[in-house]
Amino acid sequence: MSDGRLDTLVDQLTADLKPVRRLAAPSLRALAWFCLLPALCLVLMPFADWHAMVERLHVPDLCVAAIGAVLTSLCAAIAAFQTSVPGRSRLWALLPLPSLALWIGASSLGCLRAWIAPDSNIADAAEMRGCLYFLLGFSLPLSVLLVVMLRRAAPMRPNLTAALAGLAAAGAAAALLVPFHPHDATASDLAMHALAVCLIIGLNGLAGGRLLDRGA
Amino acid sequence: MSFASTAMAGFGSDSCRPAAKPLSIGLGTSRASGLERHGRSAIVLEETLSATMAAAQTGDAEAYRTLLRDCMPVIAAAARSKGVRGEAVEDVVQETLMTVHRARGSYDPARPFLPWLRAIAQRRAIDALRRDGRRPREVDDPIAYEAHPDDGLPEAGQGLEAREREARLAQAVAALPRGQRQAVEQLGLREHSLAEASALTGRSTGALKVNLHRALKTLRAALAKDREDGHV
Repeated sequence: MSDGRLDTLVDQLTADLKPVRRLAAPSLRALAWFCLLPALCLVLMPFADWHAMVERLHVPDLCVAAIGAVLTSLCAAIAAFQTSVPGRSRLWALLPLPSLALWIGASSLGCLRAWIAPDSNIADAAEMRGCLYFLLGFSLPLSVLLVVMLRRAAPMRPNLTAALAGLAAAGAAAALLVPFHPHDATASDLAMHALAVCLIIGLNGLAGGRLLDRGA
Repeated sequence: MSFASTAMAGFGSDSCRPAAKPLSIGLGTSRASGLERHGRSAIVLEETLSATMAAAQTGDAEAYRTLLRDCMPVIAAAARSKGVRGEAVEDVVQETLMTVHRARGSYDPARPFLPWLRAIAQRRAIDALRRDGRRPREVDDPIAYEAHPDDGLPEAGQGLEAREREARLAQAVAALPRGQRQAVEQLGLREHSLAEASALTGRSTGALKVNLHRALKTLRAALAKDREDGHV
């Protein structure tokens, strides 16, 4: 391994070597990104219907679903940052699964709402489209920021890392949606949310994976 | 010659020896002492590479140059273990070094260096194999068969991974409780009979059997965790 090509490369890489700033621990960087969530909440506060939100959070399954979305976002962000560092175990990708199960499970209870509580305020098509646009609209900048932060490391499994980033962004957007959700969860509403989350994860996995692959 | 190069002296001559077999507990006495020696050298190599990378992160160009050179055989071994052959190995080394350069800020000196490096090298090796797989290949060209190196022969660097496995095993054996360690050393590594081991250690044959059973269980768990973490 003393080929001239490699010698030249070593010379090029060591010429004018500058000190490099070590990246903070992956969990700390995940927390830094996650701090955006309360900051965005503060920005959106004047537009939210807080009274209705407090009422909705008194419904156990809606409250648990909101907590599940927040926890999924945090765990997925930690998993994304962990898998972005070479040599870290891919088992980190399993971290968001328990909170994801909680989120999906609690949200699924909404499917029964129309039968159990026929008086529920069920969303119409326009409101559900609004939810979809909200989720996509907030996930996009959150995903972009996450991918930019993840590119600073060198993800060796770019698609996995990007998909986890998508899950983190989708969870965060779903949590942000809680104060703006004007109706109770139903099967069609849940299907719309699931579609949005799958779209976000899929787009991240494809586009983000390519971006992360080029960065690594 | 850098320290790591010294630590890996004989690296090139590995190509003339048969590939090291995976370690089993039934090793002879000389093999056991060799295991400890290789274990120590691999641990020292790991610590040296980690310290050199930490220095390189602060802008020490000479340390960085040493590090990059010491990484080459490790990368080549990782590439070969993934099935990369011939000139493609050098391409993998080149691309891995470039990735190491870009990603050097992501290395945490508190953690082992080799799993970090090997993860990058393996990824670049997979990339190379994918690129190679997309190219059309003539599989019945007799000249190509003649010119192609025999994959059955050991390549330079194959011994390196075996040494690291030995180092991990030596560490795991050293971490065992005294009774279990004695059972592994006497029955497994030195291949004494139960009666001989009992006379040497002053323990009953039943206790030795139980200790060996527990030791193997502990070692299996420890080595499985290492494999999962990318050490082996």
